[in-house]
Amino acid sequence: MERTDNNILIHKTFHIEGGNFPNAGTISDQVKKTLKEAGFPNSIIRRIAIATFEAEMNVICYAKQGELSLFITPHSLKVVVDDEGHGILDINLAMSEGYSTADEKIRELGFGAGMGLPNIKKNTDEMILTSKFKQGTHLEFVVYLDRQETHLPFE
Amino acid sequence: MTVFDIINLFGLQVKAGRDQLHQAITGGYASDLLSDVIAHSQKGNIWVTIQTHPNIVAVAAMKELAGIILTGGREPDKETVHKAQEEGIPLLVSPLFTFELVGQLYEKGISGMNPC
Repeated sequence: MERTDNNILIHKTFHIEGGNFPNAGTISDQVKKTLKEAGFPNSIIRRIAIATFEAEMNVICYAKQGELSLFITPHSLKVVVDDEGHGILDINLAMSEGYSTADEKIRELGFGAGMGLPNIKKNTDEMILTSKFKQGTHLEFVVYLDRQETHLPFE
Repeated sequence: MTVFDIINLFGLQVKAGRDQLHQAITGGYASDLLSDVIAHSQKGNIWVTIQTHPNIVAVAAMKELAGIILTGGREPDKETVHKAQEEGIPLLVSPLFTFELVGQLYEKGISGMNPC
């Protein structure tokens, strides 16, 4: 990350259970509510909510379990996700739109379009993705609050 | 055109979000892949899909869509109705299949082209 920001105002951690499709979306809902209560503008909340939703779905689809942490600092919103799961064999391939290893069950629910990681990248200012195949994945993304005027991908 | 207008034009059943029907529709998007909808739908779009689980409401709320139409007479899950009510997202059902409904919406001037 380009800026070290140690002044954490809010830190929340959520547990995500792999395969728990009925509860999918509850973590991103909670993140959204936290940001709303903290008074962030809708444009910022939407970007973090989309990226968090995609990250949460990835843990549910491809991991045994994971943890998602939200860090709010005066200059940024940061989300860190660590999971124990399939891992990613080829990160470049996983980042290309349309590539997916989802099985039939996941696709039937409308997930596994191969657009989750690209959507995270599009909606955030920085994204770091590392993985150990068959062990787990580490993902972090940041939205800088002072860049909001110049980066509104959906407006 | 508002959500209310299309309900009347196409005889849609309203399952949730009755107090949000005045919203103007900016265009339409049809897809059953949630990430595709997240990537390409626009604020105020009406979304046509066959997915019935609660996550469609999360997607519609995130993208500030005008509403969701389930096609082929598909009934939303109970939890989906509850969530749509909570989030204030109009949840509608059409007996028509997606291709037919989208064609008719297009005929009435609802386009999939991004106006920006």
